[in-house]
Amino acid sequence: MSGHEFQSFFPESGTVDMADTSTHITEATLVEMRVLADRYPQARSALLPMLHLVQSVDGRVSPRGIEACAEVLGITAAQVSGVATFYTMYKRRPAGEHHIGVCTTALCAVMGGDALLEHVSDSLGVHPGETTADGKFSLEAVECNAACDFAPVMMVNWEFMDNMDPDKADLLLDDLAHDREVHSTRGATITSWKEAERVLAGFPDGRADEGPAAAGASLAGLAIARERGWRAPEAPVRLKEEQ
Amino acid sequence: MSVQAKPGAVEKSDLISVFIDGTEVQVPKGTLAIRAAEMIGIDIPRFCDHPLLDPMGACRQCMVDVPDMGNGRGMPKPQASCTLEVAPNMQIQTQQSSARAKKSQEGMLELLLINHPLDCPICDKGGECPLQNQALSHGHAGSRYDGVKRTFPKPVSISAQILLDRERCVLCARCTRFSEQISGDPFIALVERGALQQVGLYADDPYDSYFSGNVVQICPVGALTSVDYRFQARPFDLVSTPVTCEHCAGGCQLRADHRHFQVKRRLAGNAPEVNEEWNCDRGRFAFYSGRLGDRLKTPLVRDGDVMRPASWPEAIDAAATGLAQARGSIGVLTGGRLTVENAYGYAKFARVVLGTNNVDFRARAHSAEEAAFLASAVAGRRLGEGVTYADLEKATQVICVAFEAEEEMGAVFLRLRKAVRKKGLAVSTLAPYLSNGAHKLNATLVPTVPGTEAEVVAALDADADTIVLVGERAATLPGTLSALVALAERTGAALAWMPRRAGDRGAIEAGCLPNLLPGGRPVADAGARVDLAAAWGIERVPSRPGLSADAMLAAAASGQLAALVVAGVQPTDFADAVAARGALEQAGFVLSLEQRASEVTERADVVLPIDLLEAQAGTFLNWEHREGRVNRINKQAPSSMTDLRALAMLADALGSDLGVRTAAKAKAEFDELGAWDGVPAPAPQVAAPATGLGGGIVLASWRQLIDGSAGNDGADFMLATGKPAVARLSSATAYALGATEGDTVTVATGAGGLELTLLIEDTMVDGVVWIPGNVSGRGLGELRVVPGATVTVTGGAA
Amino acid sequence: MTDTLTPVLSANWADERAWKIANYEHRGGYTALRTALAMTPDQIIGEVKDAGLRGRGGAGFPTGMKWSFVPQDNPNPKYLVVNADESEPGTCKDIPLMMASPHTLVEGVIISSYAIRAHHAFIYVRGEVLHVIRRLQQAVREAYSAGYLGKNILGTGYDLEIVVHAGAGAYICGEETALLDSLEGRRGQPRLRPPFPAVAGLYACPTVINNVESIASVPGIVGKGAGWFASMGTEKSKGHGIFSLSGHVARPGQYEAPMGITLRELIDLGGGMRNGHALKFFTPGGSSTQILTGDHLDMPLDFDSVMAAGSLLGTRALQIFDETTSVVRTTLRWIEFYKHESCGKCTPCREGNWWLVQMLKKFEAGQAEDGDIEKMLDVADNIGGKSFCALADGAVACVTSAVHQFRSEFEAGYRTPAWELFPYERSALFPVKTAGGHA
Repeated sequence: MSGHEFQSFFPESGTVDMADTSTHITEATLVEMRVLADRYPQARSALLPMLHLVQSVDGRVSPRGIEACAEVLGITAAQVSGVATFYTMYKRRPAGEHHIGVCTTALCAVMGGDALLEHVSDSLGVHPGETTADGKFSLEAVECNAACDFAPVMMVNWEFMDNMDPDKADLLLDDLAHDREVHSTRGATITSWKEAERVLAGFPDGRADEGPAAAGASLAGLAIARERGWRAPEAPVRLKEEQ
Repeated sequence: MSVQAKPGAVEKSDLISVFIDGTEVQVPKGTLAIRAAEMIGIDIPRFCDHPLLDPMGACRQCMVDVPDMGNGRGMPKPQASCTLEVAPNMQIQTQQSSARAKKSQEGMLELLLINHPLDCPICDKGGECPLQNQALSHGHAGSRYDGVKRTFPKPVSISAQILLDRERCVLCARCTRFSEQISGDPFIALVERGALQQVGLYADDPYDSYFSGNVVQICPVGALTSVDYRFQARPFDLVSTPVTCEHCAGGCQLRADHRHFQVKRRLAGNAPEVNEEWNCDRGRFAFYSGRLGDRLKTPLVRDGDVMRPASWPEAIDAAATGLAQARGSIGVLTGGRLTVENAYGYAKFARVVLGTNNVDFRARAHSAEEAAFLASAVAGRRLGEGVTYADLEKATQVICVAFEAEEEMGAVFLRLRKAVRKKGLAVSTLAPYLSNGAHKLNATLVPTVPGTEAEVVAALDADADTIVLVGERAATLPGTLSALVALAERTGAALAWMPRRAGDRGAIEAGCLPNLLPGGRPVADAGARVDLAAAWGIERVPSRPGLSADAMLAAAASGQLAALVVAGVQPTDFADAVAARGALEQAGFVLSLEQRASEVTERADVVLPIDLLEAQAGTFLNWEHREGRVNRINKQAPSSMTDLRALAMLADALGSDLGVRTAAKAKAEFDELGAWDGVPAPAPQVAAPATGLGGGIVLASWRQLIDGSAGNDGADFMLATGKPAVARLSSATAYALGATEGDTVTVATGAGGLELTLLIEDTMVDGVVWIPGNVSGRGLGELRVVPGATVTVTGGAA
Repeated sequence: MTDTLTPVLSANWADERAWKIANYEHRGGYTALRTALAMTPDQIIGEVKDAGLRGRGGAGFPTGMKWSFVPQDNPNPKYLVVNADESEPGTCKDIPLMMASPHTLVEGVIISSYAIRAHHAFIYVRGEVLHVIRRLQQAVREAYSAGYLGKNILGTGYDLEIVVHAGAGAYICGEETALLDSLEGRRGQPRLRPPFPAVAGLYACPTVINNVESIASVPGIVGKGAGWFASMGTEKSKGHGIFSLSGHVARPGQYEAPMGITLRELIDLGGGMRNGHALKFFTPGGSSTQILTGDHLDMPLDFDSVMAAGSLLGTRALQIFDETTSVVRTTLRWIEFYKHESCGKCTPCREGNWWLVQMLKKFEAGQAEDGDIEKMLDVADNIGGKSFCALADGAVACVTSAVHQFRSEFEAGYRTPAWELFPYERSALFPVKTAGGHA
């Protein structure tokens, strides 16, 4: 149940969910896709952002989303599908309003990540890779999220929730379940996974100024240096005169 | 010992020396180590490597050691020899001299096999499988793997014709590279990642590529199999015969694998100068048409309203009687299925036995301008005197006129695409819209309303590095061939005529034209006639130019011709199918030499059954004038009944002597005649028609590769991969007609109409409708029109 | 003698709204850009060469030399791509840098692009760090507004566009050629080399790919001089570097110090091992670097010293594990990571990690059999050095170094489950119910 059982049979691999053809992609979405394509010297570079945009609209990589990307870029749907199924952030089935990631790569796992994932899985009643029946949460065992100094780490909609433990996770999930305002430990107010995907696609949400510059472990060395008066050498004055 | 690459092919100074397992090899700079090793017979195992695909280095099977890069320094890690370019004085150690290379290769095979199902006993590839073979030759006898194997549901269809078994796949990406690099149809792609990586497609888009069968052939395991060959044979029970494809004039060399006198599959041969190692799906999969219920097995003679089986002597007797009664008033219509030898038989039969030049292979829309063009610009040109496949890669510009390479000659399309991709060739096409095939050639569209080609050609830029490929469809576009000859003269551009069928080029050389004798000798040239009469040992060769096919049909309909000899012809292929059918009905006597029951045999008085090509030997001449052998596959009968043999029997019965009875004899005589070296026939000089077209919509059309052609009959899985029949209009034209995409529209003439689904084509010129040339076996002839004519289009909301 | 810690890149992280351009400028930000634009591109390359800056993304290739490989006679556009796909387990330095002070990176990008004559730069940042991406997007917008980006930068006639590009979850995209394929909208699978990116990279044009920290170090080098930078660090590993301390230490975190600091010093600064515990093993530079033990506490953390010790400095990602930790379990989890992140392109990585995971699971469960250690090492040998890129080499480094350092623990895996030898709850930072036996 920890998401680390060895799987060997892959009956549904190789494609997005073709059974669910629902979509909210409109002409406006296509216009935004073209905006993304125009940001690059070659349009296909925009494919990853475009797929993020698809997720922000459809809550997953939908068949229509794949087709729309193929149309806008003039490539085959098979080529888009090859990309959409390569990257783990692209979801084949609807993700929850909030997408919960628990890091279980070695260091986080050892520091409690394995236990935390099991706890969150029990609390939500879903296995990693699943979404709760009410669509509120989806759960994923994520790989190292570059916050090892804050282990064990949890992510909510790709915002850091540092130094987690089961009790903090319970509070967090409860707040999210009840739509109370939640802040990332080093980021912004938690919005939703779909809104996050829109930012990743390249359409800012105006929340860049929320949260601290840095917190906790990020400042550990700086704090000691300040305390002890350590600093990098002064720049030699001669250089400025030479220029 | 020292080995040198292709002596003479490369300047000695461009060669570098490398040492493989201590043996010095001289190779051109940039040669891959795996290729250099091949030259001295060292077989490095490999899966992803394929000489015609871009190097990938994915399977890591071909690891070698490089103790010295040529600069005294060794490479710390073993290297994949399929991506390693050799450097001067490089030392390479393969598995033969390096324990590390050997261990790398053995280890890689073990890794490749841990997730392989080892279902060889039920796998089509078993017995010819590179994985199986190399596991035996380069691997460990046992596996240390005691884990769980990766499994997927199996197999999955990637098209109606091809199945994919993901468990067997070694992810070499040959198929996906082929689809993307060679044919430009990336409907299959690698999907998922890591241990789940697999070949996949997007659900609603099957891998419907005209060249899809190649991926089955290059798959180094049994992951890709063709539906119709599945479980049909074991490789070691098959007999292989090299053959030349009969489906078009490309001349692809194929390998027919057969068992118990029945072809089980066909593969692309290895013909670097022609089709390289590829072919199209039609050439690969369409070999069933001769084994359907309509195969003619005995001669037939008319008995009132029915054709009844007859013995050969009775049928020959009846045929001879019919022809004798019509003597001096007979026409010979031949079609595209004939080998050079058989075509020569008809050409000679007409002149020597029937005493007429009434012989024409053009069982299709044709013109006098075309006949003059063929006589002046095509006939008598030997291989190398005209354009070749290799020339396509050397040109800087190729202009296609009335020629859609992907639809009409797959091997030429692939070579053009290679030249575009690798050599920067610029392709342009005179067409009413930019077809998908042209798009894949990155072609520039010269928007052209059918019928205005001559005018457009007159304004073209070209130079001596330009090649113009003109399709046989140009025959219906007045002035086009004349304008192209003028363009070639004006600019020095090379001009190549691209016939449709395998026998066409040979028929010209054999003399199956009313104005041409064998070897491109003009009928009008007295000297040519005298020479030929001498060679044939006859008094004289008829001097009066013969009738064209259309003229023969008209004459037969009006009673001016008393008899027709018909072989390999279908009425629906003519510009006016209705008239052709009527002519066959009204002709006094019709002798049909045919393989399958047809609209001609139904209307014949005597039918002589001819053996399938697979029971014949002979030669095709492709568009380059390259000879391709037709080898006898089915040797069940002690000898085969060819057109030539039937004609010889007829000649005997008519008290004449054809002089040749076997393909070998005919070929020898044909070769002995050689090509005409006298004054060439004059080029056509037909002016461009006055433009300023009247009302109506102009018809554009060409045949699609996978269509209703009789040769495709029985290849049901392949046919299921064909393109749907649609009508194409520009959005403006559709709007004017009140039609929208998806509507059913009727494209009609006075003779009838075709209902097709409308597709709006972005690049389509206004005022033109495109329809496929052969819908379900019904050619344009049913509408009694040719491209360039006006038709009516109705439908949609209006 | 330089101080033990030398905050340069991290110096402003505690500043109020350090990510805003005004605050960055207030600290002297973008003055190096003005200095740079008054220099010739080649002078800048020379300065970076003289500084001895070696790539901070793991490989340690000299940055200035990489820049000088860009063929300036090539008529194609040149591109700068910043590798901000920080994903190597244990590595967590670039993310806080970009979050706190994105302008340090942006300024570095502009100077570096100018040096290699690029007019288009991309910051490829992993997708799973939303707020970092927000801050980068905003910093780039601010820089455009301030005239540091766009046409005719600061009136010099130099033009530059920067695109912040979010990845979508793939460790392999940290490999520079896979990153390029990903940035071209393809599956992130490594490319054949040659051609090298410097000659034919993004869109087959000359491309320089540098790590965030490398590029962020450039403004300092240009502003304060190569000599200043080179005055820090060791002979062959010059300058400052961010050392990321994680795991069973009292105060994990980011410690910016001269290259060559020792782990003993870092653990001391980090308040020592967590209460009552002792160091068992650590990675010097992420999971792809061979694990080392307490024997190497006094090894200078510079490129050459760590290599001499049989490992790699990598990204200075010091993951610290104490005596409660099962090496077998940790190795298994790392190999599960590599199996998950293998791109699938080449056989040894795709199939090898699949196999190694299953072998390690047997060791973890105490179900391995006599000879399995030798078998695992031999399979690792068949993978290592044969794969298309370095990903599988990293996996092999995990396995071989773990067996080398702690063979007896693997031998114990013939009989006893790892969770019995090293109850997993003891390694966790919070109380864990032990009902599940192992988590």
